[in-house]
Amino acid sequence: MTRISDRLALLRKQTRTALVPFITAGDPNLDVTVPSLHALVRGGADILEIGIPFSDPEADGPVIQAASERALANNVRLADVLDIVAGFRGEDADTPIILMGYLNNVLRMGFTTFTERAAAAGVDGLIMVNLPPEEAGELKRALESRNMDLIFLIAPTTTDERMRLIDRMASGFIYYVSLKGTTGANHISLDSVAENVTRLRQHTQLPLLVGFGIKDGPTARAVAEHADGVVIGAVLVNRMGELADSPDDIPEALYHRLVEIRQALDA
Amino acid sequence: MSNRGSNYSQPSPSGHFGQHGGRFVAETLIHALDELEALYATAKTDPEFRAELADDLTHYVGRPTPLYFAKRLTAELGGAQVYLKREDLNHTGAHKINNCVGQILLAMRMGKSRVIAETGAGQHGVATATVAARMGLECQVYMGTVDIERQASNVYRMKLLGADVVPVHSGSRTLKDALNEALRDWVTNVDNTHYIIGSVAGPHPYPMIVRDFQSVIGQEARSQCLQQAGRLPDILVACVGGGSNAMGLFYPFVDDVDVRMVGVEAGGLGLATGRHAAPLNDGVVGVLHGNRTYLMEDDDGQIIETHSISAGLDYPGVGPEHSYLKDIGRAEYDAVTDEEAMAGFRLLNRTEGIIPALESSHAIAWVAKHAHDLPEEQIVIVNLSGRGDKDIHTVASIDGITL
Repeated sequence: MTRISDRLALLRKQTRTALVPFITAGDPNLDVTVPSLHALVRGGADILEIGIPFSDPEADGPVIQAASERALANNVRLADVLDIVAGFRGEDADTPIILMGYLNNVLRMGFTTFTERAAAAGVDGLIMVNLPPEEAGELKRALESRNMDLIFLIAPTTTDERMRLIDRMASGFIYYVSLKGTTGANHISLDSVAENVTRLRQHTQLPLLVGFGIKDGPTARAVAEHADGVVIGAVLVNRMGELADSPDDIPEALYHRLVEIRQALDA
Repeated sequence: MSNRGSNYSQPSPSGHFGQHGGRFVAETLIHALDELEALYATAKTDPEFRAELADDLTHYVGRPTPLYFAKRLTAELGGAQVYLKREDLNHTGAHKINNCVGQILLAMRMGKSRVIAETGAGQHGVATATVAARMGLECQVYMGTVDIERQASNVYRMKLLGADVVPVHSGSRTLKDALNEALRDWVTNVDNTHYIIGSVAGPHPYPMIVRDFQSVIGQEARSQCLQQAGRLPDILVACVGGGSNAMGLFYPFVDDVDVRMVGVEAGGLGLATGRHAAPLNDGVVGVLHGNRTYLMEDDDGQIIETHSISAGLDYPGVGPEHSYLKDIGRAEYDAVTDEEAMAGFRLLNRTEGIIPALESSHAIAWVAKHAHDLPEEQIVIVNLSGRGDKDIHTVASIDGITL
């Protein structure tokens, strides 16, 4: 068991929907990320997802792309992202943390080095957007050796056969991508989510979290009818972009936005 | 699409060329790649498909293209005999159309109503817009704003052909960013859209499919050389950005182990300056745009901005099969600078009455540097991958002239 699966098991027992906010590390500067993460926990986050900035985020929409660009303008490196996690862990030893990004940064650091440093910093899981299960064996073994989860995405286009394949590789939870599109897209279909999550449940016992395109409390609540948790990204990151010139206001703004969604989920 | 017996069998069933290649994309696209792979496996052995493709290559593209002995160029260089494979004489003015006529047939078989493409120099965008117009499919072409500026005439050609050219403002605003944006489009519209990748890059099966469609270049060159010179060439030379024209020329010669294969990357301002687009000369193995290959990146794995005078070579990666051919030592990869490429451009203007694309001028420049030191009995085939009309504004501005 990892901190992620422990937390999700506890939430299931409490019949509480997992709320997983996403922000990009170092956006718009390195100092704001740790206070923002604490604010998100106060606002009702159960698990935190932190984006690793990448120069070519091909699966992300304009909002998350812009966050990567703001972070990279400050030369945020993968080592800085791990320092952020370690800094957060100084005050919070319990909230699970997942890093999300693209393979090349992790590949460049080296799977073994990354795994050691991530474990030491207090990372619990990793999502690699462009790493399908067929290519993931080596990284999975490395992460497993330090009790970290490699979390896989499943999409509306994923066949039943692939769902079973991914289930065999996955641990922690499965991240269901709610729509065909990039992060922050505007065309989520609740019917499609319901149908595909039901289909997916036939192939896995793992908790199912749904993300991409969930922008407000009512949508989160509707998705939660079918899922064990929701991931909220672009709507938070968009707010951070708006406040990029007054970064001190960001943690408080994130707190308020997340409280709204938490209340809708718990209502 | 050669079925001859071969010692060389790449990629592996999983789409790998040694450690390179593979399929590193978001899960949403895997199904579309599986579908394309299955369809292509059927089509490539289907006599009807092969006949249709062959007919289009002959009557629409204008193949075979000549293998032309460049007599004055050879005399001026004073060494090996230089032959030019005239891909510039294809319909639309470059080799890119060879792949597009094949991929549009695949798109039609898959029942797609829309095609998208990325483009750098605009030649692949023009070729895609051309075949889309011919088949009556909707077409959107992604192009970085830097490239839109330096390849304005191709932008207008695409518009005339009915394509929607979408400017890409992100990142370095060149070919790599156009590719990112095309992938984002595809992930969103995957149900009705086929993505016509223009190079031997991207996730499996694209590097294989594009290579196969482009290998008509090498097949023709091989038989033309045997017919015209009575033997195989000694050296093949082609420019390498993503590497589709080079792969198309090289592939049918892979088993001819005495034939040297030289890929010429964009050396930009010089390899030592770091301002270039030569990952095979000065890169490391990484993952970008769906495959593992040599890349230009910093020590944190961020892709760095490249530089080349030629938009079509201004790309931080390279097709995975080139990375493999480099690793196994079957092909060699060199680089020439912007300045050398410009000299190659002018040399061909002056000696042969041919205005080459700035991309192809890199291959000419390599020959200009090395032909003198090669024995006179040696035969060098240079792939003249495209014509230079699109580049006259760039060249004029170097000459201080506004057209």
